[in-house]
Amino acid sequence: MKDIIITLIIIAVKTAVYFGVLLLHVAYATYFERKVIGHIQMRLGPMIVGPHGLLQPIADMVKLVFKEDIIPAQVHKAIFSIAPFISLVAGLTTFSVIPVNQGWYIADVNVSLLLVLGIAGIGTYGIILAGWSSNSKYAFFGGLRSAAQMISYEVALGLSIVGVILLAESFNLNEIVQKQQEYWYGMFLFPQFLAYFIFLVAMFAETNRTPFDLPEAESELVAGYFVEYSGMRFALFYLAEYVAMFCMSSLATICFWGGWTIPPILVKAWPWLANIPGIVWFLLKVYFHIFLFYWIRGTVPRYRYDQLMAIGWKVLVPLALLNIVVTSIIKYIIS
Amino acid sequence: MIKNGKLLRIFYSKPRSVHNNMEREITATKELIVNMGPQHPATHGVLRLVLDVDGERIIKCTPYVGYLHRGIEKLSEDLTYVQALPLTDRLDYLASAANNIGFCVAIEKLLGLEVPPRAKFIRTIMGEMARICSHLVWIATHALDIGAMTVFLYAMRDREVFLDLFEMVTGARMTVSYPRVGGVRCDVNNEFLDKLYKFIETFPEKVVEYETLIDQNRIWLKRTKGVGIITAEEAINWGLTGPTLRGSGVYYDVRKFFPYDAYDKVDFEVPLGKNCDVYDRYKCRMLEFRQSARIIKQCIDKLPEGPILANEAMKIRMPSAPVKIDKKDIQVEIYIDDKAIEEFVQKYSEVYASVEVPKGELGFYVVCDGTAKPYRLRLRSPSFVHAGALKKLCEGGLVADVIANIGSIDLVLGECDR
Repeated sequence: MKDIIITLIIIAVKTAVYFGVLLLHVAYATYFERKVIGHIQMRLGPMIVGPHGLLQPIADMVKLVFKEDIIPAQVHKAIFSIAPFISLVAGLTTFSVIPVNQGWYIADVNVSLLLVLGIAGIGTYGIILAGWSSNSKYAFFGGLRSAAQMISYEVALGLSIVGVILLAESFNLNEIVQKQQEYWYGMFLFPQFLAYFIFLVAMFAETNRTPFDLPEAESELVAGYFVEYSGMRFALFYLAEYVAMFCMSSLATICFWGGWTIPPILVKAWPWLANIPGIVWFLLKVYFHIFLFYWIRGTVPRYRYDQLMAIGWKVLVPLALLNIVVTSIIKYIIS
Repeated sequence: MIKNGKLLRIFYSKPRSVHNNMEREITATKELIVNMGPQHPATHGVLRLVLDVDGERIIKCTPYVGYLHRGIEKLSEDLTYVQALPLTDRLDYLASAANNIGFCVAIEKLLGLEVPPRAKFIRTIMGEMARICSHLVWIATHALDIGAMTVFLYAMRDREVFLDLFEMVTGARMTVSYPRVGGVRCDVNNEFLDKLYKFIETFPEKVVEYETLIDQNRIWLKRTKGVGIITAEEAINWGLTGPTLRGSGVYYDVRKFFPYDAYDKVDFEVPLGKNCDVYDRYKCRMLEFRQSARIIKQCIDKLPEGPILANEAMKIRMPSAPVKIDKKDIQVEIYIDDKAIEEFVQKYSEVYASVEVPKGELGFYVVCDGTAKPYRLRLRSPSFVHAGALKKLCEGGLVADVIANIGSIDLVLGECDR
């Protein structure tokens, strides 16, 4: 009994620290985004609050927390209130199994990859329910679009990872990282470049980012599914989106970029590289993907609904299936 | 719990009446009616579209206008010909100089005034600057609507230069009220011309900069090619003008067909589209940027010396002498000026004159009853006509295409509702 309580306390503390750090990253990811997009667009981004606007995320957070919590009269109150939490909780839960360094994780599940994909799928419910319960046509459109989009792209996302699973022979994220160290290049990025490309495209669609930000298309749907939300509930959706971005970036890092490790050939060439802690490499790789999100947002327009569907089903899914077949055949021949 | 109805209430907290309706019509399906506007962010002001949608497809699109109606036509009837000029600023507020020129051209035709050549060239410069300004806002918002947000900032950066140039000469950035009946208000100096020439030299490179972001972009092409098709014949029948018409391949430009100001003395081309879609209309305007730059360059090169206001026009200017607060004196002053105008206005009883503003052909129909104030001032505003054609453009497309179409016809609701 005593052991169980101690274990629970340890897990609780671990979780609190882990998510605290994660949310801090999320808060500063918004700052990072505004700076990156600002510089792409030849302006400075936030500069007023604190030196170089460094306190801007905190000011935003304070503002959103103290805003009046408005629940419009026509909405379905219960679902309207729960929806943002579904999104955020689903986003955070995925992080419970994602290792950020050797042995740095909350739980080590032997099917953690499946767990991440499964729970990320639940996040969609938050968006659909928000769109439906808002009782607004624009929100409803946003909800419908996200339902169609996320289901379609989850297929491509799941199939693209199958190639990695075949090579790693495991669903465990830790083992996937270890397996990549057996190759001299230390990454599944090279044998699975097609899968990585599909994963990258599906990743943008899964997190509702440009060019696939149809559920929240500013111009046609005003704000999409969260058009009726304000204050803290809106902030929760915002957080959920950024947590999802971090989740997908971490997954890409772990599955294709070797997680917290670096290619053995580099360590052989420059042995001092091994002294750098793994978390640094991990964060660098994750923030590269986060930067990619921002870079693309600053560059490209938005797809149309039917074009999005066509890309998902007619391009990405067949390519992912092809990748699985080719990977299996090559693996069979080699072994 | 169930007995108290609590569990049921959680899941069915909707009002009863809604529920009953749903049950009754559960088998009947009908189109969803979406009210887009008047305060929708992408309808460029206060355009309201009522869309009947089946899923994402538009079955019916009904535009409603009039939310920005300020009664400019009616207000003009109580003002003298010269006083009505600042009202035309408020038509297409993105290209106020072009509207001013249109009004002046109409009144000059009515009064039979001949504008001195220097004023004509200055007006042409201002008109083309207004065109570039307007097109910059168009490319900014059009790209933003389709999702490319960076172009917005790039275009706004360059528009700032033009607004500063307007400010140098006219003192105002947007509502310039610069041309006068019979010429222009004040002369341009060399500092302005140097600055303008220098910027115009580099301007085509800036246009290339916008194009690098969107023109070769697969997503942009997919969103604009084959969308909002209106054939040449239909475009003429709907009364489209300007780049919206030329995107359908119809060669019509007021500047070429009925030259006013100095357009017959400069060399420029009229870009035409081929495929009648959003992309061709976009391409037309992008090419017009370059033609406008070319016109401005030629105008600066050829700018003659001389007066900037016709001699006769001096008689009909607005009361400029210190106006006393005594009401009688004001009346006397205006009466004297009115007299001066009345000498002119007997020549025609009504005139129609049109100019090529950035949005299309802006026509002024002036009915004169012999007094110093117009009996009727009717505006043929391109945006109003184009708003009607939205119905044709949008129906059968998707919800996202509505935004692309609104962007491609370049509406300004100030001009549409007048």
